[in-house]
Amino acid sequence: MTNFSGIRGRSGYLFVAVAVGHIILISAQVNTRSGVPVLQAVLFGALAEVQRLTSGVMDAAHRGWEGYVRLGDAQAENERLRQEVADLRVQLQLARAEAGRTARMRELLDLRDRTRLPTRAAEIIGTSATTDFKTVTIDRGTDHGVLTDMAVVSPEGAVGRVVMPTRHAAKVQLLIDRSAAVAVVVERSRAQGVAFGTGDTTLRLEYLPTTADIAEGDVLTTSGIDGIYPPGFVVGRIERIERAGGVFKSIRVAPSVDFGRLEAVLVVVAPKEEASVPTEQAAASGAREGSR
Amino acid sequence: MTVLRVLLTVAAALVLQTTLARFLVRGTGGVDLVLVAVVYLGLTSGPTAGILSGTIAGLAQDSLGSGIIGVGGLAKTVVGYLAGRIGTTFIVSQTIPRFLVFFGATLLQVGLTSGLYYLLDPQPPVVTGYAVLGESLANALIGVVFFQIVDALPGMIDRRRAMSRGRVSRGRVR
Repeated sequence: MTNFSGIRGRSGYLFVAVAVGHIILISAQVNTRSGVPVLQAVLFGALAEVQRLTSGVMDAAHRGWEGYVRLGDAQAENERLRQEVADLRVQLQLARAEAGRTARMRELLDLRDRTRLPTRAAEIIGTSATTDFKTVTIDRGTDHGVLTDMAVVSPEGAVGRVVMPTRHAAKVQLLIDRSAAVAVVVERSRAQGVAFGTGDTTLRLEYLPTTADIAEGDVLTTSGIDGIYPPGFVVGRIERIERAGGVFKSIRVAPSVDFGRLEAVLVVVAPKEEASVPTEQAAASGAREGSR
Repeated sequence: MTVLRVLLTVAAALVLQTTLARFLVRGTGGVDLVLVAVVYLGLTSGPTAGILSGTIAGLAQDSLGSGIIGVGGLAKTVVGYLAGRIGTTFIVSQTIPRFLVFFGATLLQVGLTSGLYYLLDPQPPVVTGYAVLGESLANALIGVVFFQIVDALPGMIDRRRAMSRGRVSRGRVR
């Protein structure tokens, strides 16, 4: 009985195998309606399904790999990109700074052309170590012809004077330093006085006649009588006037130069007698006054 | 031994089919001696012989014809396998059961062949019911007769041997 069942089983398998062989043989000779052989179409369909399944599994695995396993790489890449963005931002700021510096240099060149005085361009390379003194350090010294009491100017106006030159650098006392002073003239009324530094961001105007014609908003320029600053450079604008008993109690002046943003200046390297020659700025001021 | 028997039987059926069958039945009807041989081998030797004979015979017929190779092979393989299963499952030693088996086998083969051609060929061969019926009857009759001949053949040989031995004995006695 067992032998009989074995024979029946073997013949069943043989039958299935032979039938499949026949079907394959038939399919190889018959075309579908689209002209493709049935065997090829069936095999392709079956294999395409296998491929689709395999591709789906592989895609899922790939996405899993990309999403999870390679997360570390993505994080590293993200870090690298962040660093790159930071570097680029720094480079952008440097480029902007360079552009601004170039613009300021052009302004300095314009100023040098306007002034008929020999000047030496210099860059601010440092500031005072304490807040008690308003000074800056420039990169030009005695080797460049920079000497004590030489005026330092900028396109916005008078900056200060050289107080301590070395061979390759010099310390410049700013107008707002509490021991600084500059002879000024009111551009509109030609009233003369002296502007003193206060140690903060403003100036104090003194030595004005009690009858002087001044008003808030008047522009002060260097008069040149101090023998340091060439005449005609803007010092500032009268910001507030306080009177007491018919006399000036206090006149506060806002400097024209933003000392906090100074980067490049011109040192007037001419002798003092030459520095007294009026500049175009002074001439222009005079012309405006004459026109009134 | 079975393989040799299958090969010889199928070969003989093919020879007869290609040479004599066209004289047996005229008109639209026909006879398939190869199918008769396959069913005979399946009934007498089992499913494996049926499969083997059906495959060989069907492929040979397909190769000799102009149809799709494998259609007749598949149909005869199915027929041979089922005949073998019937022969091993039931006692098919009487005339009527044998007749029915041959008859049914012919119908099955025609049905399978026609169905496959209907599915695969844009212009399948036209099969009429009378032709199928006639072929089935013819195959069944030939199959039954063939079985009767084969069944009677060993007895006839024995009797002839016995008769020839009897004549010799009587002569010696005389």
